[in-house]
Amino acid sequence: MSPAHYIALSAILFVIGGVGVLIRRNAIVIFMCVELMLNAANLAFVAFARMHHNLDGQVIAFFVMVVAAAEVVVGLAILMAMFRTRRSASVDDANLLKY
Amino acid sequence: MTGSLAAASAAAPTATLPAHGIQSLAWLLLAFPVAGAAVLLLAGRRADRWGHLFGCVTVLAAFCYGVFAFVAQLGYPASRRSRDLNLYTWISVGRFHVNLGLLLDPLSMCFVLLITGVGSLILIYSIGYMAGDPDRRRFFAYMNVFIAAMLLLVLADNYLALYVGWEGVGLASYLLIGFWQFKPTAATAAKKAFVVNRVGDAGLTLAILLMFATFGTVSFSGVFGSVGGAGQGVTTALGLLLLLGACGKSAQLPLQSWLLDAMEGPTPVSALIHAATMVTAGVYLIVRSNPIYALSADARLAVTVVGAVTLLFGAIIGCAKDDIKKALAGSTMSQIGYMFLGAGLGPPGYAYAIALLLAHGFFKACLFLGAGSVMHGMNDEVNMRRYGALARLMPITLATFGIGYLAIIGMPPFSGFFTKDAVIEAAFDKGGTSGLLLGGAALLGAGITAFYMTRVMFMTFAGKPRWDPDVHPHESPPVMTWPMILLAIGSVVEGWFLIVNSRLADFLAPVVPPPPRPDKIISPYGFAALGMLVVGFLIAWAMYGRREVPRTAPAGHFPTVAARKDLYGDAVNESVLMRPGQWLTRLSVYFDNRGVDGLVNTLAAAVGGTSGRVRRIQTGFVRSYALSMFLGAALFVAAMLLVRL
Repeated sequence: MSPAHYIALSAILFVIGGVGVLIRRNAIVIFMCVELMLNAANLAFVAFARMHHNLDGQVIAFFVMVVAAAEVVVGLAILMAMFRTRRSASVDDANLLKY
Repeated sequence: MTGSLAAASAAAPTATLPAHGIQSLAWLLLAFPVAGAAVLLLAGRRADRWGHLFGCVTVLAAFCYGVFAFVAQLGYPASRRSRDLNLYTWISVGRFHVNLGLLLDPLSMCFVLLITGVGSLILIYSIGYMAGDPDRRRFFAYMNVFIAAMLLLVLADNYLALYVGWEGVGLASYLLIGFWQFKPTAATAAKKAFVVNRVGDAGLTLAILLMFATFGTVSFSGVFGSVGGAGQGVTTALGLLLLLGACGKSAQLPLQSWLLDAMEGPTPVSALIHAATMVTAGVYLIVRSNPIYALSADARLAVTVVGAVTLLFGAIIGCAKDDIKKALAGSTMSQIGYMFLGAGLGPPGYAYAIALLLAHGFFKACLFLGAGSVMHGMNDEVNMRRYGALARLMPITLATFGIGYLAIIGMPPFSGFFTKDAVIEAAFDKGGTSGLLLGGAALLGAGITAFYMTRVMFMTFAGKPRWDPDVHPHESPPVMTWPMILLAIGSVVEGWFLIVNSRLADFLAPVVPPPPRPDKIISPYGFAALGMLVVGFLIAWAMYGRREVPRTAPAGHFPTVAARKDLYGDAVNESVLMRPGQWLTRLSVYFDNRGVDGLVNTLAAAVGGTSGRVRRIQTGFVRSYALSMFLGAALFVAAMLLVRL
């Protein structure tokens, strides 16, 4: 299996995540889509590292994981707070900050 | 021979020596009235009981010192009488260097004695006149300010310090004309006097700036020393600018309109303004600046024309006024016009202008104090149609007012005869058409003066009583009559004393080029003036002495109506200056509202409107923000790829 396949898979995963972020309303699903996009990026990093025989991409994948974990903590806390106040996890309901 | 001598003395001005002896205390002249004003104003109501006495004492002290300094001056030989007392360096900035100094020379000494002498008499009179006024202390304080400012004006040895005194006089006149500030008319009159004076002051300011720009100095000695090297244009400009300043202070055309309204102040203020201070300042300025006027025939001609026109203008106004103070105010305008005429004639007229000024100081103060005395006895009534038959009830007022009257109309041997006829004669002696016109105007003015003053006399003292029922006329207390008596004595002897043997002309000769010595005591023009006097008297007698004076003023013909309205002076100011000014402000406001504000507001509205539309992009939906982020990122990546390719 050549690394190019992994790059293609990564692109597909990224697009699925992106589309999910754009079209879904449930905040948890959007959240999972964001995670999917991050992991797609991780996959791309690792694949490129493998392609170029360079460990930098693998190191950065770890960083991304750490950032993703931190993001999950903060994001889920926000989600909890949001759900408690408005009894809904739909992002379209949280639209007070507008014109 | 005499001509060449005069030219030589004019070419080499007498050197000014430093003051010593008693004259080195000349600052006392200013210190006394300043201290009086300061104490009376700062002590407040605590000084109410003795404030008026203190206010008199300070001016009397200044007068006494003035007499001592005068005697000391007479002790010096004529060429060494100009003494300068340098007080301190006032301003020293780069090339600009001004010492504050007092100049004691024959000209300023004349004014010092007039201001403090007549000023003290008026202040003593005010003790009685203002006795019932709760603000008498404040009144005396302001009078002290007035006298101090006027003394600084005449004693300054440079134009800048003169300017300080000049402005001080303007301030004091504002405070005093509006002394009864609860009367709206008085407040308006004060403001008017202040504003009109500002116009004149602008002329003096420009003159001083021009002096500094041209000569680099503003001291009298410096300016007069180097004025000979200046061009014709500069000297004429200086002469005309100084004339503008003088017109403002001396209420000459075209800045005459404030003087008649200034009668709103208490009568002693009118006496002080008209006799000793304020209006004489313009004459002083022109005579003091004689080396400038000597070099510009055009400026001199302008001065004579202003004087001649104003002397007729004031006299005509005086003929129609029923208010005794306004009739006298018209006469002041007219007499100052004579002085301007004399001063504009140059060396033949300077000394006579000053002689008339000194004589006028006495008889006009006498007349105004007499008018005040009549008002005092008549419940402050000023309308002469409500007077009549006061001769028996006010004998002292009649006698002193009568002497002032004889002096102002120029009856020999009273002071007006000598001094005014000297001016008329000098005007005719100018020669040519202009001399004939100026002399003719002065002669006609003498006739009109006789007319309106006789009218005042008849309406006030003769005829049947036309009083209001609740009026009980009575003679004034001695504190008021004594100053009037002293001024009346001055009005009798002063003209003779000053003119005969050219006493004043010789005394002033170190400062002011003297006139040629008259060869006879009375010239043909003097007889002509006497003839005019008789004609004026007879007309007035026929109109107001023989006939009964109606209690309400008849409608009158056009000239009477015009003169009652001050010959439309206010109307002219209103239509020529005020209305266009208002139009200009309205236009500016319109331009500001529509033009400047419009531009700014349009810009703001455009920004506001645009952002109002653009902000609709902020929908509040996370998805749309995410979409724009994705699109932006995609665009960015596309751009990067494009650039790299």
